[in-house]
Amino acid sequence: MKITINNKKYRCKENESVLEIAIRNNIFIPHFCFHEDLKVDANCRTCLVENCLDKKIVTSCTLKARKGLKVGTDSEEVKKLRKINLELLLSKHKKFCSRCKKGDYCKVFEIMKKYKILGDKYEPKKIVDKIHKMGSAAEFDPKACIACNKCVEMCEKIGICYLKLKGKGAETRISYNEDPNIDCIYCGQCTVHCPVGAIREQSHLEEVEKALKDKNKIVIAQMAPSVRASIGEEFGLEPGINLEKKLYTAFRKLGFDKIFDVNMGADITTMVEARELVERIKNGGVLPMFTSCCPGWVKFVEFYYPEMIDYLTTSRSPQIHSGGAYKTWWAEKEKVDPKKIVVISFMPCTSKKYEAKNPDLKVNGMNPVDFVLTTRELAVLLKRHNIDLPKLKDGEVDKFGEYSGAAAIYGASGGVMESALRTACYLITGKNLKKLDFNEVRGMKGVKIADIKIGKKILKVAVVGQPIPSTEKIIAKRIEALYKIDKKMKMREAHKNEVVREFLEYTEKLTEKKKAEILERGYCRRGKGE
Amino acid sequence: MSNILKKIKKANLVGRGGAAYPTYLKWQAVKKEKNFPKYVICNASEGELGLCKDIYILENFPEMVLKGMKIAMDFLGTKYAYFNFNAKYYELVRKRLDPMIKKHGDKGYVLRVFKEKPSYIGGEETALLNAIEGQRVEPRLKPPYPSEKGLFCQPTLIHNVETLFNIAKVEEGTYDVKRFMSVCGKVKNPGVFYFHENYTIEKVLHESKNYPDFDFFVQVGGSASGPVFNMEQIKEKIVTGAGSIEIYDKKMDVKKLLSKWFDFYANESCGKCTPCREGTFQLAKLVKDNKKVPWKEIMEILDTLDKTAFCALGGGVSVGVRSYLENVVCNS
Ligand code: SF4
Ligand code: SF4
Ligand code: SF4
Ligand code: FES
Repeated sequence: MKITINNKKYRCKENESVLEIAIRNNIFIPHFCFHEDLKVDANCRTCLVENCLDKKIVTSCTLKARKGLKVGTDSEEVKKLRKINLELLLSKHKKFCSRCKKGDYCKVFEIMKKYKILGDKYEPKKIVDKIHKMGSAAEFDPKACIACNKCVEMCEKIGICYLKLKGKGAETRISYNEDPNIDCIYCGQCTVHCPVGAIREQSHLEEVEKALKDKNKIVIAQMAPSVRASIGEEFGLEPGINLEKKLYTAFRKLGFDKIFDVNMGADITTMVEARELVERIKNGGVLPMFTSCCPGWVKFVEFYYPEMIDYLTTSRSPQIHSGGAYKTWWAEKEKVDPKKIVVISFMPCTSKKYEAKNPDLKVNGMNPVDFVLTTRELAVLLKRHNIDLPKLKDGEVDKFGEYSGAAAIYGASGGVMESALRTACYLITGKNLKKLDFNEVRGMKGVKIADIKIGKKILKVAVVGQPIPSTEKIIAKRIEALYKIDKKMKMREAHKNEVVREFLEYTEKLTEKKKAEILERGYCRRGKGE
Repeated sequence: MSNILKKIKKANLVGRGGAAYPTYLKWQAVKKEKNFPKYVICNASEGELGLCKDIYILENFPEMVLKGMKIAMDFLGTKYAYFNFNAKYYELVRKRLDPMIKKHGDKGYVLRVFKEKPSYIGGEETALLNAIEGQRVEPRLKPPYPSEKGLFCQPTLIHNVETLFNIAKVEEGTYDVKRFMSVCGKVKNPGVFYFHENYTIEKVLHESKNYPDFDFFVQVGGSASGPVFNMEQIKEKIVTGAGSIEIYDKKMDVKKLLSKWFDFYANESCGKCTPCREGTFQLAKLVKDNKKVPWKEIMEILDTLDKTAFCALGGGVSVGVRSYLENVVCNS
């Protein structure tokens, strides 16, 4: 089927909305409340088009393709009405937007420029509610909120229901659930879906800039697997292009002293987790054992199901492991004062900020990771420094940032499991596996189950998929990029990582208590807001 | 066609909540759905300005309203119904109504009472469904229509109090094409009257002893969303919408009039869509902040509301203003 947009014919499926067709064909129609992961709300009223047949103005997100449909995206009437709605929606945006205020790149401001919206035609209702912090991960500013409801739906979709719209009329704004039995798990999914940055990560950008300028500090960059595969999208590249080597160059330009990689930490985590698994299997410990790399998942267990705490691995997560390694073993090796080290992680996920600030994870009184920047913040940082990432030359990671293929696939759903299996097999049988790809636990299915034969034992494993953080197709592409890295690597198992081996040998020489402080963690029942 | 449906069609019954949609079409739409259970809902929200006929009917003829509900339930083959009550209203009628509901309960009819926080949008069919379900009170995207996926996603028939009253009358064979009319404003004898639906507004005012002895204009069918007519026009015009007539002194200050309307909308906007959430607030503010009425800015927002609001509440804001300008201001 075909429909006509601005006098040109476009192929489409029946029942597809005009907005979706336009997006697919790079015809720009502003839209604030449409997100393909979530239900159509049609509340922003900015995606207007004119139906050329009856001259009626309609929202393109609700207008379904049908035979003979002809629409225009820029008729005089559309322009006039769209402008008023944009002025109403974005009045005082610049004043309330944390990005605009600092002069950072802001998609909303780009739209304002495009449509010549000044944002001061109307004075919006005064909102008295203050910025609300969700732990040390995310925050929302009711003043900047345009009540599009996307964050609410996302939070419902993952099953938490912490957010809700409050009030009516011009006071309608985002708020939170006061039920003592419901709490945010700091997953950050809402921040990914907010079109105006009203709900957002708690920024660490200023602290990072400060550390980079401080000559007395040794600033270490470490990057999580998935960041390299998704940062390109912020620079207009196709999803799934691996920009790892260009990022290494960028980090040097930004002034980082050392460039390591969270993947090194992932190899540590794999070792520690595999060792624990083997021990639990051998000694009849609590099974099944759950991984705990995701702080959102940990908070979920600690708050909603504390009775399940014993099933979590006591291993720390990659960024905490590697951060701890830099501030102990590496510092000793390099003869530097660990207090001078500032570790900055680049992570896909807001919840890692919460993990970094968790006082229970301190090593020698220091947080293993000092600051966490999300992929989006990294993009802002690069743009602030006029670094055009895709144009950079390739760079290299520093020695202690080396990692195995097993670490690279940590960024894919099922990757942690696969890495642990490779090493657990080795630890149990003493032999390296011939076939390293566990295809049973790969892919985008919600739940994946497999029976894995290790020596004489059958290990039953399961992987539960992540809640669609953005569109599935994009994720699939990002993940493909990670498996490609793994496949191409000579070293594909964590236990073959020499750096990790050296570090673990170092920990063996410590007291049991110190060793545990660096490698392991405990859990506790957590109350609301903790 | 079933007997009762034929009668309803023949009587030309239409909804009395304001939209005047033919009742038999609504019935057919819910009837043809295959999903059970189905629900019947009596809408006693009455959140629009100037209305009081629904509460009048509930206070005086609750048995007729219940009878109408029972007829509808029997027609659909369901035992489930809800009262969507403006909470204030329920307190006024519960003494008489509760025992009646119980009596129906003994016969297997499950009638539940839902008390809504009084609001205008609460009367919108899909917003009402959300309210009963415990969701945020705002209209839903249509389709699906309530007849297909209504309350708890089941086929649902929603009728205004007076429509149900009329259904009972039709079944009894006593329906005589009358309607209830609330008369209010600057009048001597405000209240609810029951006249033939084709009475001109002028006749209603005379017969109810409310015809003013000063120059005036009227707003008909709802004192927020209804159109405004002058003294000449009411000789021809009949009562429409939700059946109200409000009398205004022709000398009424225009800013006061606009504020009455805009403040109401700014308060009652559910907050879902941009033009209504932000626009009605700006309208109210424009009148308040300016000595002279800034017509250009006001019309700009009204035009946007007309053409881009999500639901009829926002779409109706301009009706009063435009008809006032056309029929009262331009005419004098
Ligand atoms: S961070 Fe996650 S749990 Fe918390 S409000 Fe956002 S979506 Fe909900
Ligand atoms: S916080 Fe953002 S996503 Fe949530 S309703 Fe407000 S504007 Fe929409
Ligand atoms: S027009 Fe929009 S804001 Fe107003 S009541 Fe309808 S949906 Fe709510
Ligand atoms: S994107 Fe269509 S109304 Fe918001």
